[in-house]
Amino acid sequence: MGVRKAITGAQAAAEAMRQINPDVVVAYPITPQTPIVEEFAKYVADGIVDTEMVPVESEHSAMSATVGAETAGARAMSATSSQGLALMWEVVAATPGLRLPIVMSLVNRALSAPINIHCDHSDVMGVTTVGWIQIFSENAQEVYENTLLAIRVAEDNRVQLPVMVNQDGFITSHAVEPVEIFDDALVQKFVGVRSLDRALLDVEHAKSVGPLVLPDYYFEFKRAQEEAMSKVFEVYHEVGTELSAITGKQYPFFETYRIDDAKAVVVVLNSAAGTAKAAVDAMRAQGKKVGLLKPILFRPFPYAEVREALKDIPVIGVLDRSMDFGACAPVYSEFRNALWELERRPAMQSYIYGLGGRDIMTTEIEAVFEELLSGKLDPEHQRYIGLRG
Amino acid sequence: MKEVYEVRMHGRAGQGAKSGSQLLAEAAFKEGKYIQSFPEYGSERRGAPTVSYTKIAEKVLKSHEPIVTPDVVMVLDFGIMRSILVAAGLPDTGILIVNTKVCSTEIKKLAQFNGTLYGVDATGISLELLGMDTPNVPMLGALVKLTGIVKMESLEYVLREHFLPKIGEEKVQKNISMLRRGYEEVFK
Repeated sequence: MGVRKAITGAQAAAEAMRQINPDVVVAYPITPQTPIVEEFAKYVADGIVDTEMVPVESEHSAMSATVGAETAGARAMSATSSQGLALMWEVVAATPGLRLPIVMSLVNRALSAPINIHCDHSDVMGVTTVGWIQIFSENAQEVYENTLLAIRVAEDNRVQLPVMVNQDGFITSHAVEPVEIFDDALVQKFVGVRSLDRALLDVEHAKSVGPLVLPDYYFEFKRAQEEAMSKVFEVYHEVGTELSAITGKQYPFFETYRIDDAKAVVVVLNSAAGTAKAAVDAMRAQGKKVGLLKPILFRPFPYAEVREALKDIPVIGVLDRSMDFGACAPVYSEFRNALWELERRPAMQSYIYGLGGRDIMTTEIEAVFEELLSGKLDPEHQRYIGLRG
Repeated sequence: MKEVYEVRMHGRAGQGAKSGSQLLAEAAFKEGKYIQSFPEYGSERRGAPTVSYTKIAEKVLKSHEPIVTPDVVMVLDFGIMRSILVAAGLPDTGILIVNTKVCSTEIKKLAQFNGTLYGVDATGISLELLGMDTPNVPMLGALVKLTGIVKMESLEYVLREHFLPKIGEEKVQKNISMLRRGYEEVFK
């Protein structure tokens, strides 16, 4: 058993970072990520952690310095949101190719324009193709545990890839909830220290990092990166099992909620999955057989496991908190892809919700379930939840 | 107690609606309840209308939606009632507590609420004891008197825990006195 505290999602991320005690943290403030680094800066100032915090003038510099520290052999972390991620994009895209196991908190916020500080997933969905492992968190408790898990998955020798741990801006980052913080000594033993066998500053084993690679070998580098990504599943499973010994929780690639005999299932990421659970409970109380699938590990995407979980579900609604203008929405696309192999494919409907922090209510998700159960679908068009007429 | 007890706090940025919601949630948390407390963020600047939510339950709170059918609504500045329908979603059996010296006809009219309206001079108490207008603490005292949703000692505990490092023992004592005065002086 750990200690239960009433803290925000941002503080939960900072608590995980306190226990990880990274060598270096570099970040630049941006709403709604700021309270993570603000809280962590207190730990540094109070001497609770040994971390070197580097003040920088932009997110581009923040990720550059994080990359530099990680290359040298340090365990380095960062955190950002929205425009901050957009500004560091150049370096973010380089990190997986450099095979640097950086863990960064991403507090999901809408991308400009129009400028908006509230939650949606347009920031993360713009970087899912560059090779970071992506983990999503429903609430502050999951933010805390996912951050601990992420460090070990990233640094495993079979992987050596960066991870973003996502949480919803404001809805999770600024909401106070009960969070169980597990014993420092146990967590620190789990987290361990970063192996130095790839460190640039290991002068006994000189190497070059980030060389120019022309058409002769660039392709092979990228193929090797894909190989590392494919190893994430087994490593995530192993590390999750180890973390279970401390927390007593399970760490699946996705969570299913009351889907066993379900006639309709909703798929949704992050905090809205909690609201969807309340909707499922309300519908089930009326005898309506509905359930939820909440993706957790989004990159790499567990196609086979998703297919197996959803193969007998007649109808599935996928709720996206971002759009891919002129194309299918990102979460919907993945689930449609995953189910293609099935002989009897479920009917599917794409929904867009919550852009720029528009609230999503339990009753709205219940209405989605009613629509799915009624069979009145329009697979050619995405539908919009709570859009003003 | 109903499954999820919901309190909505309306105020102006700087009056402590956010801290008030959080103190209430933490007091309930200390009593072993499940809680959620979150503000609705706009473009915050001192004086702008704000709203903050507290949910208290015996079991895990899954939904992250804002409160639309509160059990209690607290209004830290009655002036905002001129532009915001604070009692929206509040059933007639619910409780509306307003920071005011008197439950005047104007306030009753602005409230657009058929249930019982309560008043407490939270600003007066706060100015008298602390010399500052921080109405959230006396308002919480009034809430405890009317609902018993948390114990006074739990609120006193979290007040001390939160504010002792920031403002020192003397001001913590003053805040506790403000809480007790709010408890004693709430009126219909």
